[in-house]
Amino acid sequence: MALNALVLHKNDNVATAVRPLENGEKVAVEIEDGMVDIELLQPVPFGHKFALRDIGPGERIIKYGETIGQATEVIKKGEHVHLHNVEGLRGRGDRS
Amino acid sequence: MNFTGYRRKNGRVGTRNHVLVFPTVICAASVAEMISRAVPGTVSVAHPHGCGHLGREKEHIIRAMAGFCAHPNVAGVLLVGLGCELITPELIAGEIAGTGQRFEVLSIQVEGGTTAAVERGKALAEGLLEEAASAKRESVDISELIIGTNCGGSDTLSGLTANPAVGNAADRLIAAGGTVILSETPELIGAEDALCGRAVDEGVAGRIREITAATEAIAQKAGVDIRTSEPSPGNKEGGLTTLEEKSLGAVLKGGTSTVRQVVDYAEKPIEKGLVIMDSPAHDAVCNTGMIAAGAQVIVFTTGRGTPLGSPIAPVLKISSNSGIYRRMTDNIDINAGDILDGKGSIKSIGERIFNEIIEVASGKLTKAETLGHYEFAIHTLGLNV
Repeated sequence: MALNALVLHKNDNVATAVRPLENGEKVAVEIEDGMVDIELLQPVPFGHKFALRDIGPGERIIKYGETIGQATEVIKKGEHVHLHNVEGLRGRGDRS
Repeated sequence: MNFTGYRRKNGRVGTRNHVLVFPTVICAASVAEMISRAVPGTVSVAHPHGCGHLGREKEHIIRAMAGFCAHPNVAGVLLVGLGCELITPELIAGEIAGTGQRFEVLSIQVEGGTTAAVERGKALAEGLLEEAASAKRESVDISELIIGTNCGGSDTLSGLTANPAVGNAADRLIAAGGTVILSETPELIGAEDALCGRAVDEGVAGRIREITAATEAIAQKAGVDIRTSEPSPGNKEGGLTTLEEKSLGAVLKGGTSTVRQVVDYAEKPIEKGLVIMDSPAHDAVCNTGMIAAGAQVIVFTTGRGTPLGSPIAPVLKISSNSGIYRRMTDNIDINAGDILDGKGSIKSIGERIFNEIIEVASGKLTKAETLGHYEFAIHTLGLNV
């Protein structure tokens, strides 16, 4: 079966699109054993991430069950999650 | 479990039988290339090093050059220098003499210019080629294999398909007694907890944290966000947002085995099993370091596609998605994108990669070899004058 998006760990708050997804599309993603429907609020390119729930500014972005960065603004469920709304926490020489 | 390789006099095993024409300094790069072109069947490299290195960087460059030239995939090496450089053919010859490696040395100043050096070099290379021809493959245990893992031009799919599939192959190789090198220190940043939890002892765990901290400190010292370089622009276009995300996907290619040792750039592992090498993420620099450390085959995953090869070691390419496999099929050997297309699992593609490693180690050419790719670069430490 061809997949739309993958969630790698039950604690993740983002999913990865494995085909280009359109604005307004309803995508079924599997989290552990259950399916969850997410309505996309923006187009999500192939390989990019979208939010599985609302994420507040400063909140950790979780993928592989681990922290991959933090939100720099409000990210709504179904929004594209990438450079424009996430920053890394490691190697931040610009802050030292 | 066995593969067929070239058993060298010192007991080490090669997966290839190359004659290498190696310039020990950039000033000899063209002459080395001219000799190699004139003697079909030999390989050569070009690099900008060999002079001006200070202290630790000098040791670093010598170790990488010596490891590469004495590699078991090299039957014989012609070392070519200018004559007044810091790293002379004689210096590298002294480093590798103890390994039993067959070598010849040539100096442009001694020979009296390019034309004379190329003429004499041709004769020396032909001699080495003739000797190399007598080497025969024999059946050897898989525990003699050292695989270097690398990922370049990654996308978010690399961490979902190609890297875990290579990790599965790595676990199989280690279970059979072999060795796997995981490298690219910047791409361990953010994945330390996962790796340290698998370290054989506190010392190895401490070294993992030490090398990632040292790499992170480079960005801190420069006053920049590491994300200006890592993930790379292509990685970001592919959907990777932060270095931590890239790292968590990248370390999957090392598999799930115990981390036995952390070695320096181009340093030979003493332990078998999973070994981490401290190296930059730069694809060619990382490959060269792992090969100099003794890796006889490189397994390389890519999401954006890359042609990278090596003059002396096969580089086996694994794509993370079917789109890039179709667009760059002349560069890519195995498509892990099948996992997303429902045509395979991480386990089944892992098994395919493992079987291909054995075949490639036994002589099957990779696409990078068929196309003639020979990228080579050594890590420098910024200590040169």
